[in-house]
Amino acid sequence: MKKYNLDVRGMLCPMPVIKAQDFITGLLQGDVLEVVCTDPGAAHDIPAWCRVHGHSIKEINQGTKELVVIIEVGETDE
Amino acid sequence: MLAVKAIQEQGIHVEGINFFTGFCVEGHTHAIRQKDRAKPKRNNALWVAEQLGIKLHIVDVIEEYKDVLLNPKHGYGANMNPCLDCKGFMVQKAVEWIGKKGFDFIITGEVIGQRPMSQRKDTMPVIAKESGADDLLLRPLCAKLLPETRPEREGWVKRENLYDFSGRSRKPQMALAKKFGFDDYAQPAGGCCFLTDASYSAKLTDLWRARGTRDYELDDVMMLKIGRHIRPGDNFKMIIGREEGENNFLSGYKKQFINMHATSHHGPLLLIDGQPNNDDLHLAARVLARYSQGRNENEVTVEMTDLEGKVTMITVKPVSSDEIPEAWYV
Repeated sequence: MKKYNLDVRGMLCPMPVIKAQDFITGLLQGDVLEVVCTDPGAAHDIPAWCRVHGHSIKEINQGTKELVVIIEVGETDE
Repeated sequence: MLAVKAIQEQGIHVEGINFFTGFCVEGHTHAIRQKDRAKPKRNNALWVAEQLGIKLHIVDVIEEYKDVLLNPKHGYGANMNPCLDCKGFMVQKAVEWIGKKGFDFIITGEVIGQRPMSQRKDTMPVIAKESGADDLLLRPLCAKLLPETRPEREGWVKRENLYDFSGRSRKPQMALAKKFGFDDYAQPAGGCCFLTDASYSAKLTDLWRARGTRDYELDDVMMLKIGRHIRPGDNFKMIIGREEGENNFLSGYKKQFINMHATSHHGPLLLIDGQPNNDDLHLAARVLARYSQGRNENEVTVEMTDLEGKVTMITVKPVSSDEIPEAWYV
């Protein structure tokens, strides 16, 4: 299991989702991706994308200006 | 949603593709404006995928889409919407995608006669042909009114279980939604693309005219969705936040634009796009003052930061409403 970070601060949805999606394409099951965002919409869209792709949300940390979404990669078929 | 369900009902595995052109209404927009914060914070495509139990792949086509918007072979609709070229482009991208991922055919939710440009009986074959999808493009909701496609001929899909919807009425779709047990669905009457919006299209054409070139970057596209745009001349325009959410969004661009805000009174953030002279900057400060809580005062102090980060304080008298001609509002 490896940990990765993705900085999508300043991007508006759906770009944070697209960036997370593209990053996860290269990861393995069990890897963890920490996504740092500023768009509050990402708090809904990234978990929704994870649910339909079988990835798990380990944690969502909502700060005043930033949001950190921690994803554990599920089964990948890419 | 209905087209996918109709195909799933035949035991076929379906995955969704959602193309992000930069002009999509939902997503970013609901996150910016305070007035929209009560609306459900959902990306409709993802929400639909979840209801259907399918994977959804969101594809960034911002760069490639420029050619579709700037050079539409079939022209524009009522505004800057190149609907027919857009549909052909997206189906073409879907053709590429299924080739890479090993899928057999493409479905869309199109219905003959539902949209004036891209969903007519005479334009549907154009999309199939120009996209390269040909007979791999199946429209389950109106398939019975169209020639057989390969999925039907090969027996992958039973044509008799497809539909013959046509026209602008959504009643048959709503009845089918009820039959499938869908009691909530995305707003059916379009409106998901800023290019169909007259006000947005006016801002886009104004941008091109003022710059003397028909080109854009994603930031341009985003900025046109936000704020009050006031253009006193071809050399510059002002973008003024209309509320806190917009001011927060615009503040992310402060380093890229000359920007102003009032220090003596509460008020919005103003960005300047273009090449203003000193008189223009003074005017911008006065306009900003009008949109601050000092609009009825004789003096408002404005802090201006230029592109090098140099800060200048300006004290101005706010403009009166008749000093901003209607024609300046883009």
